[in-house]
Amino acid sequence: MTAVWINQILQGVMLGGLYTLFATGLSLSAGVMRFVNIAHGDFIVLACYALLLLTTMLGLNPAIATLAVLPIAFAFGFGLQRFLLQHVVGDNVLLVILVTFALSIIIENGLLEGFGADPQKISGGWMETATIALGHGINVGVFQVVTFAAAVILVAALDLLLYRTGIGAKIRAVSDDVAAANLIGLSSVRIYAIAMGISFVTVGVAAGFMSIWTNFDPASGPTRLLIAFEVIVLGGLGSLWGSLVGGVVLGVAQSIGGQFDIAWQIMAGHIVFLIVLALRPQGLFPKY
Amino acid sequence: MDLRSKLVLNGARVAFVVAVAAMAAAPFLFSATHIVLLTEFMSMLVLAIMWNLLAGYADIVTVGQHAFVGIGAYAFFGFTALWGLNPYLAIPLGGLVALVISVPTMILVFRLRTAYLAIGTWVVAELLMLAAGKLSAWGGGSGTSVPISIILSFGSTRGDRLATIYWLAFGLAAVAMLVTYFLLRSRIGIGLTAMRDNEEGAAAIGVNVTYARALCFLGTAPFLGMAGAIITLQKLRIAPPASFSITAWTVFIIFNVVIGGIGSFEGPIIGTVFYFLLRQYLAGLGAWHLILLGGFSIVIILIEKRGLWGLVRRVLSDDLIPIAHKPSAAFVTATKAASGPAAIAETQEPAS
Amino acid sequence: MTTTAASLLLAVEGLSVFNDKFRAIDHVDISVGAGEIVSIIGANGAGKSTLLKAIIGQDDRVEGKISFAGSDIVGQATETIVASGIMLVPEGRRLFPSLTVEENLRLGWSVGRKGAIGFADVWRQFPILAERRMQKAGSLSGGQQQMVALGRALLANPRLLLCDEISLGLAPKVVNELYALVPDIKRRGIGILIVEQDIERSLTVADRFYCLLEGKVTLAGRPGDVTRDVVMKHYFGL
Repeated sequence: MTAVWINQILQGVMLGGLYTLFATGLSLSAGVMRFVNIAHGDFIVLACYALLLLTTMLGLNPAIATLAVLPIAFAFGFGLQRFLLQHVVGDNVLLVILVTFALSIIIENGLLEGFGADPQKISGGWMETATIALGHGINVGVFQVVTFAAAVILVAALDLLLYRTGIGAKIRAVSDDVAAANLIGLSSVRIYAIAMGISFVTVGVAAGFMSIWTNFDPASGPTRLLIAFEVIVLGGLGSLWGSLVGGVVLGVAQSIGGQFDIAWQIMAGHIVFLIVLALRPQGLFPKY
Repeated sequence: MDLRSKLVLNGARVAFVVAVAAMAAAPFLFSATHIVLLTEFMSMLVLAIMWNLLAGYADIVTVGQHAFVGIGAYAFFGFTALWGLNPYLAIPLGGLVALVISVPTMILVFRLRTAYLAIGTWVVAELLMLAAGKLSAWGGGSGTSVPISIILSFGSTRGDRLATIYWLAFGLAAVAMLVTYFLLRSRIGIGLTAMRDNEEGAAAIGVNVTYARALCFLGTAPFLGMAGAIITLQKLRIAPPASFSITAWTVFIIFNVVIGGIGSFEGPIIGTVFYFLLRQYLAGLGAWHLILLGGFSIVIILIEKRGLWGLVRRVLSDDLIPIAHKPSAAFVTATKAASGPAAIAETQEPAS
Repeated sequence: MTTTAASLLLAVEGLSVFNDKFRAIDHVDISVGAGEIVSIIGANGAGKSTLLKAIIGQDDRVEGKISFAGSDIVGQATETIVASGIMLVPEGRRLFPSLTVEENLRLGWSVGRKGAIGFADVWRQFPILAERRMQKAGSLSGGQQQMVALGRALLANPRLLLCDEISLGLAPKVVNELYALVPDIKRRGIGILIVEQDIERSLTVADRFYCLLEGKVTLAGRPGDVTRDVVMKHYFGL
């Protein structure tokens, strides 16, 4: 009996890894540019479809496809920020919400027109079905562990980038005070674009794992956004390692809820989120 | 104001009054198909006015107002179909339930700021939709139809029913407009405008910012709920994804208000009209029509932040429906005489 | 009252800067030579900060000419202007609070030209910062923050330093320490354009000065050539 529950919790922790992958890109764009990209989930789904094309039409191995997508993702994010979102960044948060909301609709409907509404999935081969037995009836999927490891590595890498590199310091500077940055000769326009590019690289990584972990369809974007959003609020705005904890909390909540049915799985996540919001609105490890 | 501008402005005002009168008498003037369309228009107008009040005046951007629309729908169904209350009574009761639920919602989401608040409202909406899907008496996940007996209580013939439901929708829209109008012209309304221009300044002169915001948030809930009840009468069904549809009750509404002109009284009206015209002429495009709407709203934001109404306003000398209080002519001349050449303040930024 | 053409660093000619509805700066002529200390004095709102921001490239509603080392820099991005040798010490310090002292300084070093001034010079000049190099800039006192702001600007190895109200909000003793650095900067051949509300301090250290009132230059010259009374009159526009 307990083995079932431990398995569920373990599953939830691994799921938390996937959720952290969703959240890191949002954490970056929200933390640096101070706006919430409502199309964030849709971009993850867009990347999934790109990976689908690469794996089915070019027959690429999913890992290779993901690596191939990353530089494209950077360029895409850089361009999106530099040429579209830069025009609406600023004090008026409404503008950004509207533009990213519109983008979200455009992507969803574009994907619908292009690929149809059928759910898709990429096969992860042997890794997807292999499990590791931990004894006493406790098992964990290999792919799940790899995903969790990827999340930890990604968070660590971003942490390194932000706190140990020159560009990282510049990103944190514009995030602190963009006007001051401009005054001393930092090009906030270019730095924002770089930050967005990095955010999109994480979107590419997230898509790489999501496309194998679960089904996706053109309408999957919003649920990913809500998950990413809940993770960063739970973890504490601005804290990358906090998102890892937030992801795990959400994953475990969902996993336990999922014992009953799908609706309860999602509801459990929202309920836990609202409870934490009620009791500790600044999140678990707030930086601001 | 020169004579020509005055003529144009007053002409526009007269046209507006005539339009309102026509709308009031619509069931006598238009065919059944048109009445159905106008009923939908009125419902969407209510939603647009409410979202605009929050986002355009109270500085609260929400993307979760469909929560209250759905609650109104489900509460309405509960009161009348399940517990046998008078359907006409069930509509305002639906609004009341929405109001009740808006209180804990507000307490929770007001802990977040700006964009996070917006998505917080979305989370609440999702939760409520999922919870609604668990209510078996309401048809669970697939929903159920409104019982015939309820429908018949709005009129024995189809024509009568359409007219009654239309007048309910029109009535709600009219009340929504009047309440918004008086609110914006009241002390609270002026405080809101001050808050919108400069929050710290407004607080410094005694505007209770939190109170104003809370009042607006809670105040929109009953209207959204009642709109939800009326929409249920049009759709004749309740179902979680339909009653709580983010696309229909939030996304479209937001696009419409932005295109029409956010933060103005006329904007939601223009935006909703534009939406219906677009839908009529582009009906065949399917998903593309949503993309078009989204794309157009982005273009509008980048060109003229005040929307289509903003473009009209460049030509018109004053608002169609005057909300702003104007200083008297005597006050204006006195102030001009008192101040010398404009003092240049380096650090001051004129409110736009 | 101009400097010789050979050592002329900055030449502002007929500059007007527009602010939403009016001219914040109105047909202003200013020059600064290498190793020269020029003061801009004026009351609050006279246009001093606007002038500096226009020079550093942060205002694009500008008419007129700004030449730096011979080339016109109007319309250039701040990034380019800083890289060519002008650096601003902004009003109110404007450090990045979540970054450490060292990180703040390093930003100055990375945006500017590489030259004679390096970290060793900054640590020597401001030993108290060397102690606090890993501390977050937001936790420093006002005077220490001003040192970091100055250090950040110096590490960019500018040829022209723009100082915006560096004494604002600081104790006199601290301000003295800061102004004590001026001769050393001058010795390196760096031109300094100082904006100050504190007339006394400003005129003591300056080689030349301009007085700004409502966006116009009302008085220009050497501090020694004019009496305090004359300066006051032009400061207040009496």
